[in-house]
Amino acid sequence: MTVVSRSLGVALDRIEGREKATGEARYANEHLHEDVAHAAVVQSTIAKGTIRSVDASAALAVPGVLTVLSCANAPRLQAHDEELALLQSHRVSYRGQIVAAVVAETIEVARQAQRLVQIEYEQEPHDVELRADHPRLYRPERVNPSYETDTEQGAPDGALTAAPFSVDVTYETPSFHNNPMEPHAATAVWDGGDTLTVYDSTQGSAPARQTIARVLGIDPECVRVVAPHVGGGFGSKGDVRPPALLAAMAAQVVGRPVACSLTRQQMFDVTGYRTPMIQRVRLGARSDGRLTAIVHDVVEQTSTLEEFAEQTAVVTRMMYASPNRRTTHRLVRLDVPTPSWMRAPGECPGMYALEAALDELAIALELDPIELRIRNEPDVDPETGHPFSSRSLVACLREGAARFRWADRDPTPGARRDGRWLVGTGVAASTYPARMRPSEALARREPGGRFLIQVAAADIGTGARTALTQIAADTLEVEPERVRLEIGDSAYGTAPVAGGSAGTASWGTAVHLACRRLLDSDETEARISSEDTVEKREPYSRHAFGAQFVEVRVDTETGEIRVPRILGVFAAGTIVNPKTARSQFIGGMTMGLGMALLEEGILDPHFGDVVNHDLAQYHVPVYADIEEIDAVWIDEHDPHLNPMGSKGIGEIGIVGTAAAVTNAVHHATGIRFRRLPIRLDQVVEAWHGSE
Amino acid sequence: MRPFRYGRAADAAEALALATAPEAKFLGGGTNLVDLMRLGVEQPAFLVDVARIDDRIEETAEGGLRIGAGVRNSDLAADARVRARYPVLSSALLQGASGQLRNLATTAGNLLQRTRCSYFQDVTRPCNKRAPGSGCPAREGEHRNFAILGWSSECVATHPSDMAVALAALDAIVETSNRSLPLLDLHRLPDNEPERDTVLEQGELITAVRLPPLPFARRSRYSKVRERASFAFAVVSLAAALDLEDGIVRDARLALGGVAHKPWRAQRAEEVLRGEPATADSFTRAAETELAQARPLRDNGYKIHVARNLIVRTLSELA
Repeated sequence: MTVVSRSLGVALDRIEGREKATGEARYANEHLHEDVAHAAVVQSTIAKGTIRSVDASAALAVPGVLTVLSCANAPRLQAHDEELALLQSHRVSYRGQIVAAVVAETIEVARQAQRLVQIEYEQEPHDVELRADHPRLYRPERVNPSYETDTEQGAPDGALTAAPFSVDVTYETPSFHNNPMEPHAATAVWDGGDTLTVYDSTQGSAPARQTIARVLGIDPECVRVVAPHVGGGFGSKGDVRPPALLAAMAAQVVGRPVACSLTRQQMFDVTGYRTPMIQRVRLGARSDGRLTAIVHDVVEQTSTLEEFAEQTAVVTRMMYASPNRRTTHRLVRLDVPTPSWMRAPGECPGMYALEAALDELAIALELDPIELRIRNEPDVDPETGHPFSSRSLVACLREGAARFRWADRDPTPGARRDGRWLVGTGVAASTYPARMRPSEALARREPGGRFLIQVAAADIGTGARTALTQIAADTLEVEPERVRLEIGDSAYGTAPVAGGSAGTASWGTAVHLACRRLLDSDETEARISSEDTVEKREPYSRHAFGAQFVEVRVDTETGEIRVPRILGVFAAGTIVNPKTARSQFIGGMTMGLGMALLEEGILDPHFGDVVNHDLAQYHVPVYADIEEIDAVWIDEHDPHLNPMGSKGIGEIGIVGTAAAVTNAVHHATGIRFRRLPIRLDQVVEAWHGSE
Repeated sequence: MRPFRYGRAADAAEALALATAPEAKFLGGGTNLVDLMRLGVEQPAFLVDVARIDDRIEETAEGGLRIGAGVRNSDLAADARVRARYPVLSSALLQGASGQLRNLATTAGNLLQRTRCSYFQDVTRPCNKRAPGSGCPAREGEHRNFAILGWSSECVATHPSDMAVALAALDAIVETSNRSLPLLDLHRLPDNEPERDTVLEQGELITAVRLPPLPFARRSRYSKVRERASFAFAVVSLAAALDLEDGIVRDARLALGGVAHKPWRAQRAEEVLRGEPATADSFTRAAETELAQARPLRDNGYKIHVARNLIVRTLSELA
């Protein structure tokens, strides 16, 4: 008998690593080369108004231009979601909205002609600035995706008044923008006029197929979406984005395949972003640190086209014990693009505010911030009353404290100097729901003791392809080399997006079930849906937890902030692949560092849009910003999750990191910065005034 | 991008002949010009590639160095003579851009790169530099990283080069196809012609940059303040060289970057320093004298503090 070692938990190299490193991996605009035309988009230059006329004559006169699509002539769509109702209306609802597309023989000609499309507007005054006292704030019906907008337990106002210790603090964050390496792009080809294949840069080929079919008004059976490799997404490719639809529309019009991609600058306008926010957090506590009240009020924006209500305060409903609690979300519709998902929507900004406020409370209480968190551990989920399937926050905090030498820390703010640097450390807790969604999968026996697995999963750089191969190999009890995994194709059935950190749990469960079914049968093929398994889950509160520890140095002369040390400790059930998991944790924390110190969509209210729309101006961390960074995890065996015992890990890294950084900046400087990012101008102005 | 013709010049004479074509521009490494062409900011009809004409670094008779216009930034930074005799220049280069960009970027191209102002780079917005007379949205808009010195009501942009700041401190001479001029006179303040970054005429070609001998430049350094640790333009930078004898400043060279439309030679500070003891006190007085002429915009007053502290720190480190 052959002994097959387990694959789960092994640091298997990324299966497609060589393909990617050598350039063989094909991305959305690289699948077809023959006869492909190219589409470039034209964006509005006003934030609100009406298109009076479109003059495409100069663009059409450029040799190689095939057509110019606009509201004057575009194929009709059946979009209910107005962000996808491309070129269907004369209305302009934000600056940068797509108002035309030029289709040409080459991308160069398309982009040249794009600037020659003359559009006249009837401009109206716009309103693009989020304010806490905006007169048009309203209460949305639900927050993303379907959480209650407001919740209240006990009597939080009275409890706040009565609390011997309290904080009442407001945090502001700007818009944050997803910048995956591969821009949003698609290539569309109609076969025989009625079936459509879209090579799309998408986080979910199966949901994308449904949306594309619906908007085009055709049968989903006639649409196939293919995305074997996707160069990042962070949530911005979770929805269908304009390139897929524009490519399909243009391909229909010109009668040949069309590729469409966005420029980096265009991505800032039409691929979603994290809404700017104003978050007020009020905490009341007894002198022993036990919370008596938590109130978290969120103000954020959406567009006039569609409502996206980020679920920012939802995390506050389950994180800590407190008898009195209120969470609210208010929106205002502005003349801006519609916000959308960005890594850990809800948890990331919500935990920034909550964890910073908790640090402020710890200082008011003169209590260690780790101890404060430990004292407020709930026995059950405070919102639902369900038991936690597992909750290892305290273990993460203690493990991190030991590794980070937290016990040696002098809590006094602004007290440590190393030459010209002020030095400080900070901590924050982290959490993310362990979701699972239904998926289909197929397992098939192949000659030579090999197996083929098909699942419409997406590997957006996370390592999903590798993790799913390991899950299949483990279930089938074979070496991973015997498993060929095919993903990224809507032809493989329904499957959820790579989102909500639910990919591995959702697709992995389906893969596991398909493999089990195959082993239990004499058939050569087993196709399953995990729908029943997902529905039958017992009522547990399922979340991953973690803690980040950060050391910062603040230059007393220039205000520059550098981060020599970041440690994340996580508890996320079984870690399927330690190598790709570590990359996810570290990547998430790096993104959180960017949120804390660098990233910021700078709105120019006069024009109504973000002006720093490229990577030379919108700064994300580079290698030199990361010195010592590490992610570790503690063993956690949770039988209530899924066959692998895993919790999602794609997003938890970013959750809490920005708070840990800002808490460390406070510890270093003694100044509490409540507006992100903490750029050096903010630091210098805090010290010297604004001249 | 507008279609363009491309020609590669073997020598300066050929480059000048080619450049007589209408709407011609010289092309160095292309790290900025090609970006601007993609953005529609620059629309040349003809690119004359001059990057390979002269990539030599040679000793001059007077004891300095002559740097060919086509010398790559990475080669210039790595040159042993530059590193020993003009460390400020090597350091400025290495703190600019990224390794990949430095491998492409040329000496002359670096000098002639254009501001990274958001408004300048976006053809859908007004900009006096790009479209004279259209207005300057940065005055009231986003300008935290813009000029505090020498700006005009027409333009508040800064020059992005690190290398040029070091060259300004070193009294470099720019050789063109028809003259030699001090680097300090190459770039202009915006005044009422912000569309003109430099005094060069159409078709005038930079052929080399000459570094005069400056023995005390061995004691020089480049300090750069920026939000992220690498691959970012300066918020404020400083090129500094000190000539010390018995704790007294005999001479000094100071140039600031990130504060003006051109590399800002801090001559007032230099004057204050000459003959003074090399102490933090003198350095502070020098910095404050120079910065007394600063006129911050609504949101960039912080730069004055940063610049002052950077001058004091850098000089203290050199002393």
